[in-house]
Amino acid sequence: MKGRIIMKGKIQDVALVTSEPISFYGGVDPNTGTLIEKGHELQGKSVKGKILVFPTGKGSTVGSYTLYRMKKSGTAPAGIINRECGTVIAVGAIISEIPCVDLIDISKIKTGDLIRVENEKVSILNPDKK
Amino acid sequence: MYLTKEENSMLKGENGYAVKKSMEILAALGRIYNAEKLIDVGSVQVSGVSYHNLGDAGLEFLEELAKDGKVKVLTTLNPAGMDLENWKNLGISEDFAKKQKLVIKAFEKMGIVTSCTCTPYLIGNLPRYGEHIAWSESSAVTFANSVIGAKTNREGGPSALAAAFVGKTPYYGLHLDENRVPNIHIHIDTSLKKISDFGALGYCIGKKAENKIPYLTGMKEADVDELKSFSASIVTYGSKPLYYIKGITPGYEKYQIPAEKIIIEQKDLQEAYSKINDQVTDIELVCIGCPHCSIKEISQIAQLLNKKQISPKTEFWVASSRAAKQLSDIRGYTKIIERAGGKFACDTCMAVAPLKGRFKSVATTSAKGCYYSRHNKMLTKMGSIKECVDAAVTGKWK
Repeated sequence: MKGRIIMKGKIQDVALVTSEPISFYGGVDPNTGTLIEKGHELQGKSVKGKILVFPTGKGSTVGSYTLYRMKKSGTAPAGIINRECGTVIAVGAIISEIPCVDLIDISKIKTGDLIRVENEKVSILNPDKK
Repeated sequence: MYLTKEENSMLKGENGYAVKKSMEILAALGRIYNAEKLIDVGSVQVSGVSYHNLGDAGLEFLEELAKDGKVKVLTTLNPAGMDLENWKNLGISEDFAKKQKLVIKAFEKMGIVTSCTCTPYLIGNLPRYGEHIAWSESSAVTFANSVIGAKTNREGGPSALAAAFVGKTPYYGLHLDENRVPNIHIHIDTSLKKISDFGALGYCIGKKAENKIPYLTGMKEADVDELKSFSASIVTYGSKPLYYIKGITPGYEKYQIPAEKIIIEQKDLQEAYSKINDQVTDIELVCIGCPHCSIKEISQIAQLLNKKQISPKTEFWVASSRAAKQLSDIRGYTKIIERAGGKFACDTCMAVAPLKGRFKSVATTSAKGCYYSRHNKMLTKMGSIKECVDAAVTGKWK
């Protein structure tokens, strides 16, 4: 799949997927990387080191700094794939240098898939998929 | 997005780290929102100043940028997490103060006017009608777009900072005239009697006109303080950071009244009050100044507090810019307020100070203030300046 580069970079890791928007400010604990928003599909799951796949960001613009804080404490996702990236996530990915790509059909990706992100290119590397 | 030769070299890092990071941010936003190019901005307002929100990572990022970053246009700053001089008296810890001062130092190094106010337009960062600016702080963005008629998107802290280092912003959204057309008609069929009525009105419209640009009719009068309060409320509760009021704000003549119509009556305002207010009588904190008090509001507070004493069970804060307080000092208002037991909270406000756990209840004139106070787990009451002063004196909301 080909999308639009928000922050360039190459990364290969396991996907964590949600169909719900994510707010990093208040929605994720930056010290552990755990998603803490009540009632969220990924509540209690850790985004640390994952390729985090979600439709778009939401919430306060402070979320950009939260991502930066997570990167510095080693709790940030390894990469971000969005359907449509907004300001908060884009700025967060750029200042934290987390590879980020959007305009991807995220319904094709499942939690646990092995994903390679190479700038605007996203590949699913599972042995049973092509 | 089209980039000039000069902008491309910024992107490559030929003008240092801060400019490179800034160009990366602006270029990415330009791509996301299909901007055709970057345009010059006249001034910038930067939010994301409170250490409470930034944390150590935010501080580190700002210090990194301050190493070689200098702003290219007039840039002012949003409130910090504390009064930079009077913090001890307001119960801020040594640790927090130390970190907050480092944040301010980094901004100073960048060449930013560390005004620490959400009302830059009252203290010297006043754009002209039609001027392109890059501001963050939603209430100031809304005031600038609507009451002044300048043009800005609702920036976040880092994207505003990026605009300051480059002197430009991507040309999209509310910078384009085609996106500034009002698309919902709000008719006010009731009288607005006190400043909190404007907050309640902002709540009603924000909820009913989510993500729309309202065109208001039926409003007879509004002063700058009331419009400042309305601007803060309407955007906090959901509409776009731009509105028009027939006969009051600039530019409404250019547009036809939109077809979709909502009427706001007295019962709607009452409903807004009932949603914003909690069931509470004992008031532990009274805070006026969200957005920051103007010198006119400070004079009203002083008049009401003259020869009165604030209840020992209640704290009374006047949140304002340092510039407004200096005028208040000269006029003797500060002395009157402090003699009554009130405190000034300059450079900071109830939305960004670390207040969680310190007060169980708050009374304020501001609908936005109530919204953020609930985040801080406080019960809220909203009313006029007089009702707030009365609550401070008696310790009770009537």
